[in-house]
Amino acid sequence: MPELSRIVITGVGLTSPNGNDLATYRANLLNGVSGVKKWSIRHVGETNAGVCDFDALRYQKRKELRRGTRAGSISIFCAGDALKDAGIDLATRNRSRVGIYIGTTEHGNVETENQIHEVAQYNFDLAYWSHHHNPRTVANNPAGEVALTFGITGPAYCVGAACAAGNVGLIHGMQMLQLGEVDLALAGGVSESIHTFGIFASFRAQGALAVHDDPTKASRPFDKNRNGIVVSEGGCLYALERLEDAQRRGAKIYAEVVGHCINSDAADFVLPLAERQNECMRGALAKAGLAPGDIDIVSSHATATPMGDQQECEAVRAVFGDSARTHVNNTKSFIGHCMGAAGSLELAGNLPSFEDGYVHATINVDDLDPACEVRNLVMNQPKRLDRVDHVLNLSFGMLGINSAVLVRRWRGS
Amino acid sequence: MTSEEIILAIKDIIQTIAPDEDLSELKTDVRLRDQIELDSMDFLDIVMELRKRYGVQVPEEDYKELATLDGCVAYLTPHMQGKTLKVGV
Repeated sequence: MPELSRIVITGVGLTSPNGNDLATYRANLLNGVSGVKKWSIRHVGETNAGVCDFDALRYQKRKELRRGTRAGSISIFCAGDALKDAGIDLATRNRSRVGIYIGTTEHGNVETENQIHEVAQYNFDLAYWSHHHNPRTVANNPAGEVALTFGITGPAYCVGAACAAGNVGLIHGMQMLQLGEVDLALAGGVSESIHTFGIFASFRAQGALAVHDDPTKASRPFDKNRNGIVVSEGGCLYALERLEDAQRRGAKIYAEVVGHCINSDAADFVLPLAERQNECMRGALAKAGLAPGDIDIVSSHATATPMGDQQECEAVRAVFGDSARTHVNNTKSFIGHCMGAAGSLELAGNLPSFEDGYVHATINVDDLDPACEVRNLVMNQPKRLDRVDHVLNLSFGMLGINSAVLVRRWRGS
Repeated sequence: MTSEEIILAIKDIIQTIAPDEDLSELKTDVRLRDQIELDSMDFLDIVMELRKRYGVQVPEEDYKELATLDGCVAYLTPHMQGKTLKVGV
C-alpha cells in the first residue's frame, strides 16, 4: 500500500437544532440546552422534532430557496460557512479541484409527498404535477445545489448511507483527497427529514418514535424510560484538506482524521448488531494504529430505541470496558436524531474538547438502564478531563451499516 | 377580467416566482425575459400558476404568446372571461 496523505479538518459549517455555528452549538452542549421542540406535520399531527433556524438567505436569494429543497438550502448554508471558517476564498481557487460529498439518509421523500398532496387537491390530474419534481428529488440534489450556488465545478454528489451518512460523507471526502481527485473537499451530511411525514409515521409504526410531553426530554438515550427516536433536521459540512496544503496556507487545523471504518451487519433490515459494531470500532482503531486505551471520548450513536442503545452499549463495553481513560457521551440527547447529518454534527460537537478539555454529557438520563451501563458514561453534566487527544465518533444505520471516524488533536507537527 | 387585471394577475404570479424582482417598471411591449431574470423553469411556473389559479390551460405551442405582458393580455383575454383576479395567493 502506498503511503496516503494525512487529512485534516480546516473548517466547520453547521446548523443544528441548538445552534447555527460551532461556538453556539458547543456552548449549548456544555450547558445542557436541548434543541427539540413541538412539531406538527400533516397526517401525523403533533410530535417532537429537532428544528433548525439558520439564516437561509445568507447564501441564497428567495427565488433560489423557492426552487430548491430544504436539504439543498441546509447544504448551501453549511458549505458557505465551512469555506468562510476555513478562510478559503473560492475566487482564488481552481473550482474544478473542489469536491462536494454529502451524506444523506434519504432524499426526495419531502418533495414527493408535497407533490402527491398537491395533485390530490386536483383529483390526481398530473397536469398539476410540478416540473420541479425531478431536479428536486434526484439523489445528488443537495450537493448539486451547493455546486450551483458557489460555482464549484469539481465532483459533487451525495452518498446514501442511512443514519451513518454524516460519517460516510466525511470518510468519502477524505478518500477523494487521498486519491488526488480534488484539493479541497466539502464533506459531511445533511438532513431535511422532519419535513416528510413518512419518516415519523414509519418510526411510529415500528414503535420507535419518541413520545414525551416535554420535547426537551423526549430524546433520552440510555434512560430506562426511553421510548424512541426524535427526528431532526440539520447539517454539518467540513472543509477537508491534505495536511501539506493546509500547512502551506497557514490554515487553522481543528483535528486530523487518523482512522475510520465502514462495515455491514449483513443480518437485518433494522436491528443493529453489537458484534459488527465492535468490529467497526476496532477497524478504526487499527487503521490509526491505536488501542482502546488511547481514546478519550467515544461519541455514541445511541438513538434512544430500547434495543439499539443496548446493542451499542454491549459493543462499547466489549471494546472499551478495560480503558479507564475512555469516556462516552451522546449528542442526540440534545438535538434528536439528525439522520444524514447526525454523524458529522455529533463529531463537530466534540471537536472543541481538544481545546476546552470538556466531555459534553448525554442528558436526560434520569434513571440509567442497567443494560446501558458503560464505563465513564458522562451523564447530565459535562466532565473536565486533563487532556483530550482522540475522539471516536460512531454512526450506525438501517440495513446494518456501521461507521466510525477517529480524529486526533492537532499537535502542530 | 380587464386588460389591467390580466397584467396584475401575471405580475402577481411573477412576483411569487421571482420574489426579489422589482416589477414596477416592467414595460408591456418588451419581452419579459429581457427585463427580468426568468428561465424556462420559471416560465413553466407561470403556466402552472395560470392553471392552478384560473383553470387556464396553455398548450406548449402557445407559450410564445406569453413572451410580453401585451402578449399575455391578447392571448389570455378570451380565456380569463368571467374569472376573478387572485393576487397574493
